[in-house]
Amino acid sequence: MIGLLPDRLYQDRRIAWAAFGVLAVLLIALPFLVEAGLGRTWVRILDFAMLYVMLALGLNIVVGFAGLLDLGYVAFYAVGAYFYAILASPQFGLHLPFWALLPMGAGIACLFGVLLGAPTLRLRGDYLAIVTLGFGEIIRIFLNNLNAPVNVTNGPQGINMIDPVRIGGHALTRPIEILGVQISGPHAHYYLFLGLTLLVIFAAIRLQHSRIGRAWAAIREDEVAAEAMGIHTRNVKLLAFAMGATFGGLGGGLFAAFQGFVSPESFTLMESIMILCMVVLGGMGHIPGVILGAVLLTMLPEALRYVGPLQQELIGRVAVDPSDLRMLLFGVALVLVMLFRPQGLWPSPVRARELRPDNPDQVRQEQESLYDAER
Amino acid sequence: MTSKLLIAFVLGAASWSMPTWLSAAGTIEIGCVAPLTGPQAHLGKDIENGARLAVDAINASTPTIGGQPVQFVLLVEDDQADPKTATVVAQKLVDEGVKGVVGHLNSGASIPASRIYAENGVPQVSPASTAVAYTNQGFDTTYRLMANDSQQGKALGQYATRLGKRVAVVDDRTAYGQGLIDEVVKSVEASGGKVVGREYTTDKSTDFTAILTSLKAKRPDVVVFGGMDPQAAPMVRQMRTLGMKTPFMGGDGMQSAEFIKLAGPAAEGAIGSSPGLPLEQMPGGADFTKRFGERFGKVQIYAPFSHDAAVVLIQAMLRAGSAEPKQYLPELVKTQFDGVIGPIAFDAKGDLRDGPVTLYEVKGGQWQPVETIGGPAAK
Amino acid sequence: MDVLLQQLINGLILGSLYALVALGYTMVYGILELINFAHGEIVMVGAMVSVSVLAALTAAGVPVALALPLALAAAVVVCVVAGVLVERVAYRPLRNAPRLAPLITAIGVSIVLQNLAMIFWGRQYLSFPPVIEVQVYDVLGATVSNIQILILIVAALTMGGLLLLVNRTRLGRAMRATAQNREVAGLMGVDVNRVIAATFIVGSALAAVAGLLIASYYGIAHYNMGFLLGLKAFSAAVLGGIGNIPGALLGGLLLGVIESLGAGYIGDLTGGFLGSHYQDIFAFLILILVLTFRPSGLLGERVADRA
Repeated sequence: MIGLLPDRLYQDRRIAWAAFGVLAVLLIALPFLVEAGLGRTWVRILDFAMLYVMLALGLNIVVGFAGLLDLGYVAFYAVGAYFYAILASPQFGLHLPFWALLPMGAGIACLFGVLLGAPTLRLRGDYLAIVTLGFGEIIRIFLNNLNAPVNVTNGPQGINMIDPVRIGGHALTRPIEILGVQISGPHAHYYLFLGLTLLVIFAAIRLQHSRIGRAWAAIREDEVAAEAMGIHTRNVKLLAFAMGATFGGLGGGLFAAFQGFVSPESFTLMESIMILCMVVLGGMGHIPGVILGAVLLTMLPEALRYVGPLQQELIGRVAVDPSDLRMLLFGVALVLVMLFRPQGLWPSPVRARELRPDNPDQVRQEQESLYDAER
Repeated sequence: MTSKLLIAFVLGAASWSMPTWLSAAGTIEIGCVAPLTGPQAHLGKDIENGARLAVDAINASTPTIGGQPVQFVLLVEDDQADPKTATVVAQKLVDEGVKGVVGHLNSGASIPASRIYAENGVPQVSPASTAVAYTNQGFDTTYRLMANDSQQGKALGQYATRLGKRVAVVDDRTAYGQGLIDEVVKSVEASGGKVVGREYTTDKSTDFTAILTSLKAKRPDVVVFGGMDPQAAPMVRQMRTLGMKTPFMGGDGMQSAEFIKLAGPAAEGAIGSSPGLPLEQMPGGADFTKRFGERFGKVQIYAPFSHDAAVVLIQAMLRAGSAEPKQYLPELVKTQFDGVIGPIAFDAKGDLRDGPVTLYEVKGGQWQPVETIGGPAAK
Repeated sequence: MDVLLQQLINGLILGSLYALVALGYTMVYGILELINFAHGEIVMVGAMVSVSVLAALTAAGVPVALALPLALAAAVVVCVVAGVLVERVAYRPLRNAPRLAPLITAIGVSIVLQNLAMIFWGRQYLSFPPVIEVQVYDVLGATVSNIQILILIVAALTMGGLLLLVNRTRLGRAMRATAQNREVAGLMGVDVNRVIAATFIVGSALAAVAGLLIASYYGIAHYNMGFLLGLKAFSAAVLGGIGNIPGALLGGLLLGVIESLGAGYIGDLTGGFLGSHYQDIFAFLILILVLTFRPSGLLGERVADRA
């Protein structure tokens, strides 16, 4: 787990292991703590937070590592979700097993990542953003309308009664008692998601510190120089899209199994922007930051629900409807973060220096070289 | 790592200071969910107000259960007409211990939420969801007080075919619009008509000139639209500008005061259907309009239905002598009650038995009822 | 035949609206190389303001001949203020930042404007007061209304005026210089900040006009109407050649016609496999195709490099 904890901790092995031990215990106990303190709804929200961590880490590869602004990321999420939904529901009467479908769904999403990334390779940042946005919308529109002539996605009605995850014949949505402890649906899903999220985090960290990861960083900084150094920018960019899409597809499959229902309404542009917000707010390119961003931005809107009754108690009436505030605050957060702390809430030290260099001359030099390269 | 610990502690601490909604002795929570934000907020608010009127009236009559006085509390949540939000607020209501739910509005929200209510045994009465799938899932907790899309589409199709054999349809590619129009198409063909063209739009569009021109070329006798009033209004306006004099019909999503306001003079002659009887013809209509008007103003569409939904739930509890869903669910099934909307009884799936559908026409800038199809009067 | 003519007319009108909005995008992109996502929302603000002011004035008994220009003026003022504010607060500090930052900020600003409008005006659809008598004329079997003709005229006049501004005035020369090379223009004595502000002022004023026209044509205004419109208008600008003013007009008209014809005929063309439910895709498809095969657009010289 290199890179997640401060360097000091590695100096003494025992402290490192102790720290991990505490973390492990905390993660295992978390749903029980949350349920005791806040209620089962929050465990469910915690599950969604895990999902979004996966998605945000996937987008982080594209935006944070490789520097490609993808505004249509939700398309891969949708592909993964619908793949699972179509093959594990009454839609076609197929009920393929979860453990086969999930990797396959991730694989299909990976393919889509390559397909959607291919046309964007030569495009500059702004155009890349719009084109990926377009792709996201196109996928959503197709999902919404592929119910005639052949009913593939059941159109706007969505696909319902999706098979839940089954482990050893037990459906995860049903409560179960283990060793005298009541494990409810959201609880069980938490552990499943936790395991997979840890896998995703591990994969992301290994990618970041590999040759590919360094190639991504090179492209992000200066594509022309990277090309000059012998990096195949085309392949590396496609790989970024592919890996990002794979994580997205994974999250999508889990989402379908968890919620039991998918419809095109869950895969709108706003979702893409939300996930982007998580990456940007948390700390672009920095894995712990992205995790923080994802967890925060999943929890906060739910916490905002309490603002209404809070206003009621404090001033006797609800002056501003909290649900109005939700998206407004996201927009404001995006703007403020970009203006004042573009490195995000929890940046990597390297990136913080890049985005907010101390030396103004260095800024000017960088800008000029970038400027010349574009002419 | 310490930050994670901190977060857990903060969350835990915060929870104790959060305003607790859990009951004091003698309070029974009833959930009410509808879109309180977004394009349908006016309809969601209508649902909330109707339920609130019912709950307050019942509370004022000092009800008792098992000899103990009780008060009913309405817990209102906003599902933003979004399926995911609907599941989250459904879980939230279940966790807060609601004994019954009035909601949701959109079928796309009711259906996923119903799974959560069903898994936890909480009865759900929807005042507005019309998709057939809602009661088709095999749950014993799903009920509705509106004729479903199958009944509504049938009525629309029958009436349309009477206006002319060549019918053109447009749907807005939402679960509601598409479901309704599918039924209309079936009904038109069953009544001997012909669907000469089918076009599509979205629930965010405003420009329909292309598809309307395309339909105009097919010379329809009537155009039926499945969707909501913000699309229906510009659509009928553009029809008139294009020189199409064809009658324009739509479902309950269009049959609202908003439609007339937004469409202006072009609204004249439009026909909208609505499950249930017209407010004035409802047995409890006049009284309801007065009571509602004093407190909340004009009835949009669904207030009488959400009112009766709350009443039906509470009455079942009172009859069973218990607010526990397991106890009062059998009473809910046996409901035979004359509500504001008319006689209420449920069939085996939870649909309203003999749900009537009324057709209205805009005359002189107002919706006037024209005909009622189905319903006990027809028997 | 009259169907085709009607679809063409529909397309031209829709296209003129796209063109009006596209002008704003193309001007800002020409100078700042930034996609001003918020521009669509400025159009929405213009529509909302003009509708509210018009409704209030006509309710107060002010005659239409006076109320309409007043509403337009109000919309222009509010839009210009909003546009300049956005530029100063959100874009100027990031003028030299890496490309990603202003793009994300633009998205954020767009969301903020949308939600502010929702909080201020509510979530209801606003209705344009029926003050303009709709007259429908018959043209070779197709129908055209007076509002539609008005839209065409306004679009043409605006473009003409803009071309005059850019090609025949000092400000226009300064704009063109800044668009070519910001630093050197500054060296030549151009006050770059003022030129950029002027660009936003003109763009926002255009947005206000577009907003009023759209609201009067469709009869409604809503806080949600700006985003998709903005995206399509941007696609139109790219189609015509970003940074190129006649290109924006051409791109807009073409996009409108393609969308109309596409929505009208796609069912027949694909034998029922695809239908008008795919009509929103056209704008995006065009964008992707143009950027893949002819990134400079139809009339433009600026090439979409990779950077």
